[in-house]
Amino acid sequence: MLLTNPFSELSALISPSIMQGYIILMVLLVIGGTVLDMIHKKSAQYFFENAKKAKKSAKRNVGVGEKSTIAVKVLVKEVLTSGEFKSTRRRLSHLLTMYGFVMFAATTAIMIFNYPTLDMPTPAILPQLWHLGALMLAVGGSWFWFFIRVDVSAEGLTWYRFERADLFILSLLTTSIFGLIWSYMQSHAIAGWTMLFLVLFVAASTTLFGSVLWSKFAHMFFKPAAAFQKRITIADESRENLPPDYDLSDPAVHAKFPDIPQYMGKKPVYMGLGIKREAPNHY
Amino acid sequence: MPTFVYMTRCDGCGHCVDICPSDIMHIDKTLRRAYNIEPNMCWECFSCVKACPHQAIDVRGYADFAPLGSSVRVLRDEEKGTIAWRIKFRNGKKDMELLAPITTKPWGSATPNLADLPAPSKEMRDSELLCFEPKHIRMDDGALRTLEFAGLALKEGVYY
Repeated sequence: MLLTNPFSELSALISPSIMQGYIILMVLLVIGGTVLDMIHKKSAQYFFENAKKAKKSAKRNVGVGEKSTIAVKVLVKEVLTSGEFKSTRRRLSHLLTMYGFVMFAATTAIMIFNYPTLDMPTPAILPQLWHLGALMLAVGGSWFWFFIRVDVSAEGLTWYRFERADLFILSLLTTSIFGLIWSYMQSHAIAGWTMLFLVLFVAASTTLFGSVLWSKFAHMFFKPAAAFQKRITIADESRENLPPDYDLSDPAVHAKFPDIPQYMGKKPVYMGLGIKREAPNHY
Repeated sequence: MPTFVYMTRCDGCGHCVDICPSDIMHIDKTLRRAYNIEPNMCWECFSCVKACPHQAIDVRGYADFAPLGSSVRVLRDEEKGTIAWRIKFRNGKKDMELLAPITTKPWGSATPNLADLPAPSKEMRDSELLCFEPKHIRMDDGALRTLEFAGLALKEGVYY
């Protein structure tokens, strides 16, 4: 199962051109959904107006070179390592889901376009990555769905209660799980079940890519932009009107705020987790 | 000055929902982000603003008494143990910053460790009194404190 390209086996039933057409349609649905989402929520307009407003209260100018450095930092921290999450388990779950999805989606497209039939042998690494991606997606998504989601972890609601906010995660999770089961059934030639899980797999992935306007799919595009803008406001010292990040051992800070050396000493200790807030589960 | 949430900053962690004394910070059912369900019931305690780990919550004044364009923002840094405020006036010229320790007592020393207390008995559970009552409302120390006890009397136009 792990070494077999499930789509080349499927080509006996469905023509590769139909599969390729489906992938193109899904890409168009994502682009269309994201554009409609931006128009509907006016998120791009808000983003640029907010950036303009922040620039007015900037205390220094951020050059192109500095902006490039910030873009690299955003890519490394916020995008590649999901560094914005404060909760470690949420960050890990997001990393599993994100990399799982990227591997799953990319290998699906490569296998369908480059190795669509059994006549063209697929390099073993591609189906392995496809199955690993789906598994990571299933594990990370299930962890989030059953344990981390604020509804179950904090509000004490049941795991099977879902609403519109769950459209994205649920379609993502079902796509990966049904995909894995379909691949297993197909490799073991269990005809009826193979067809059932193929239909469920296609339905789940169509829901995932076709519901961008209503789901939070588009967060993968606007979250990096928001993280970049956040770092820009820190660099130009406008800081979205937030107070600066003071160095508590700086004599200038002591002179400005005498409470600090009086109560905390000249070199205040690092409080670490000792003063950390409790987990939000008191509903 | 009711609170509102910057949606791109919020990650739906639920800290504001947990801490809001008015129970008006909720998780949105469409995008799973926090929002203030009833701004006119917000008493501007700033608890959610300080609790938010992403500084995603801000407050805005009502136009009839708080000048539009002014800003009051706060950064509660738990690792440094400080709380910093920045107050900007509408004219942009007055820009004040304040910084103070979150607490001036050793952390945890001012609050009782409830885990160390003996479990309440059935009578205590069924009682109307809360934990540490009546001791902490001083009902056991010479009965209730009344106006008469304090040597006061009700006067028209004076409210106690």
